[in-house]
Amino acid sequence: MSVPALLTVDELTMRFGGLVAVDRVSFEVAPNEIAALIGPNGAGKTTVFNCVTGFYRPTRGEIALARPGLPPLSLGRLAGYRIGRAGVARTFQNIRLFPRMTALENLLIARHTALTGATPFLSIVRSIAGLLGLPASRRAEGEAVAVARGWLVRIGLLDSADREAGTLPYGAQRRLEIARAMCTEPALLCLDEPAAGLNAAETADLARLLRDIRDRQRIGILLIEHDMGMVMRLSDHVVVLDHGRVIADGTPAAVRADPAVIRAYLGEEESAPLPAEVARDLGGEGGR
Amino acid sequence: MAPAAAIARPLAWAKEAAFAAAVAFVLALPLAGFRLPDGGAITLGVRPLWVVVAMIAVAVGRFLLAMNRDLDLARGAGAPLAALWSEARGSVAPYRSWIVLGALAAMIVLPFLPFGTRRTLDLATLVLIYVMLGAGLNIVVGLAGLLDLGYVAFYAVGAYTYALLSTSFGLSFWIGLPIAGMMAAGAGLALGFPVLRLRGDYLAIVTLGFGEMVRITLINWNSLTGGSNGIARIPTPSLFGMQFTGASRLTFLYFIILALAALTMLFAARIRVTAIGRAWEALREDEIACRALGLNPTTIKLSAFAIGAMFAGFAGAFFAARQGFVSPASFTFMESAIIVAIVVLGGMGSQTGLVLAAVVLVLLPEVFRDFAQLRLLLFGAAMVLIMIWRPQGLIAHRAPSVRLAARSAGR
Repeated sequence: MSVPALLTVDELTMRFGGLVAVDRVSFEVAPNEIAALIGPNGAGKTTVFNCVTGFYRPTRGEIALARPGLPPLSLGRLAGYRIGRAGVARTFQNIRLFPRMTALENLLIARHTALTGATPFLSIVRSIAGLLGLPASRRAEGEAVAVARGWLVRIGLLDSADREAGTLPYGAQRRLEIARAMCTEPALLCLDEPAAGLNAAETADLARLLRDIRDRQRIGILLIEHDMGMVMRLSDHVVVLDHGRVIADGTPAAVRADPAVIRAYLGEEESAPLPAEVARDLGGEGGR
Repeated sequence: MAPAAAIARPLAWAKEAAFAAAVAFVLALPLAGFRLPDGGAITLGVRPLWVVVAMIAVAVGRFLLAMNRDLDLARGAGAPLAALWSEARGSVAPYRSWIVLGALAAMIVLPFLPFGTRRTLDLATLVLIYVMLGAGLNIVVGLAGLLDLGYVAFYAVGAYTYALLSTSFGLSFWIGLPIAGMMAAGAGLALGFPVLRLRGDYLAIVTLGFGEMVRITLINWNSLTGGSNGIARIPTPSLFGMQFTGASRLTFLYFIILALAALTMLFAARIRVTAIGRAWEALREDEIACRALGLNPTTIKLSAFAIGAMFAGFAGAFFAARQGFVSPASFTFMESAIIVAIVVLGGMGSQTGLVLAAVVLVLLPEVFRDFAQLRLLLFGAAMVLIMIWRPQGLIAHRAPSVRLAARSAGR
């Protein structure tokens, strides 16, 4: 890959007391690509993810986000909310929408920093302008609504714009959460098991949406996913973790054929019968 | 159906009622069962009848409640009522601004109406003070979801700020008012910083303590606050040098609080639909999601504390000017509890509900005044009934801060 990396994770280590959850993990995510982080349960995927998105402070190692025209930004030592502002947006495994607010309001919250400005002084001035209903703030609000509306169209929820997010169907909530993350205009979108709980049709819709985001917004997408079929079809690049270490890193085809990966998923014993599901997930998607 | 099943449910209700009666016994024995007879002798009179009455009342009430829960008896009566309620709300919704203007006009002409007596004006002023306090606390509790049980502290800060400025430096009400608001907002920030990490019950406990700290400081800082004696001879507001006395003073004060309360309500309604108001609500819904979206929870929380406290400060300055006297006795936890009750009873975040709740909570004790001893009991019973009837508060409906439908009607 000759494209300079968007996200560089270098020798990342995370220790909880005596437990080393993540041990010198390094990988890169290029702009305009979908990278998947996979591995058996307890491999450390979520820990890596939480370090990248600022929910954990790494014990050691460097996480850097490339910025156009600026030196790369080190994410490891930023306060949690600043990572969101720096261009890393995320979704959560168990959807975290604002359930009593409408779908549109959920998206507008993501435009908060754009609306009020990043400094307290600016936000006080803009809040007063908003209170008075000055034309400038009305225009800004209109623009924010326009951005949100565009995303509602893309995720097919325009007709549910004024419905409370908590009352939307599960699949719609997943899509809304992704749209909300995109409304912050991130450089890197991090998705924590976006297909969890979705049926086959919804998963296909989701994959289409993610490809569409990659191709039109030209941003990097990093996802954790258990649905191997989706990972293999969708990802440009797969990083496999096991026991807190990277055991494979490459294209889906290369990773699938990697003996270390097969061992991690199926166990050491060659003679053990292959569970049909696992065999299909790992090997059966190649003919697509 | 087998007879055993037919009596099983009444038996369960009776069991529940018996348990409630037992709890009532434990409570009623010390609270109602004993009394110290007049006359100075140190003896203990026993009133077994009162305990029995309390137990029977609780048992019957609990039995009916359990029966209603299982058989849904109230649906017959409750459903049309609920339908009527929502239909009424739906049918008045288009005229909302007219209703608000009409209510405001009625309030403006109130002093000139035949029943605009001194007592009516006093009550109306009291209601408006609580509306203002409720609107301020609603920002903190209803919108930002930060349970503040020490809100009265900011009310006290505002009252004492104006009292001290006017008596020591002779500052007029119109200069003291904004300073009182700013001082209270500063106190809100001072409370906000240490409690940033707390939420829910823990936040409630710390804010409760903060309220008591302020009150106890006021009692003990004799040299500044006059201790328990308070500060007297606080001047009444004037208007461009015009002084008001007697009945016109009362009317003038009424108009001031009417204007203040109206401005507070307008401010609260406006800020709810701006970015910061939405951020408060988002923070209430999910702080972690807020952080992931780049919202700084610290500044959002502090702004809620400061702005909520500011309105308590304004109300406090008015209170001091109206009474002409402030003392720590006016700023007990009971006041905080009433203000929280207004917000919760009104329906957490609803401004219409807030006004209704302020009217109910201020007027109910007045209505029950003739029942003297039973006043608090009836007040408590009314609260219990309202909470059974509408557990989410009088107005639980949340209006979105922005609607797409209105903006893209042409689609």
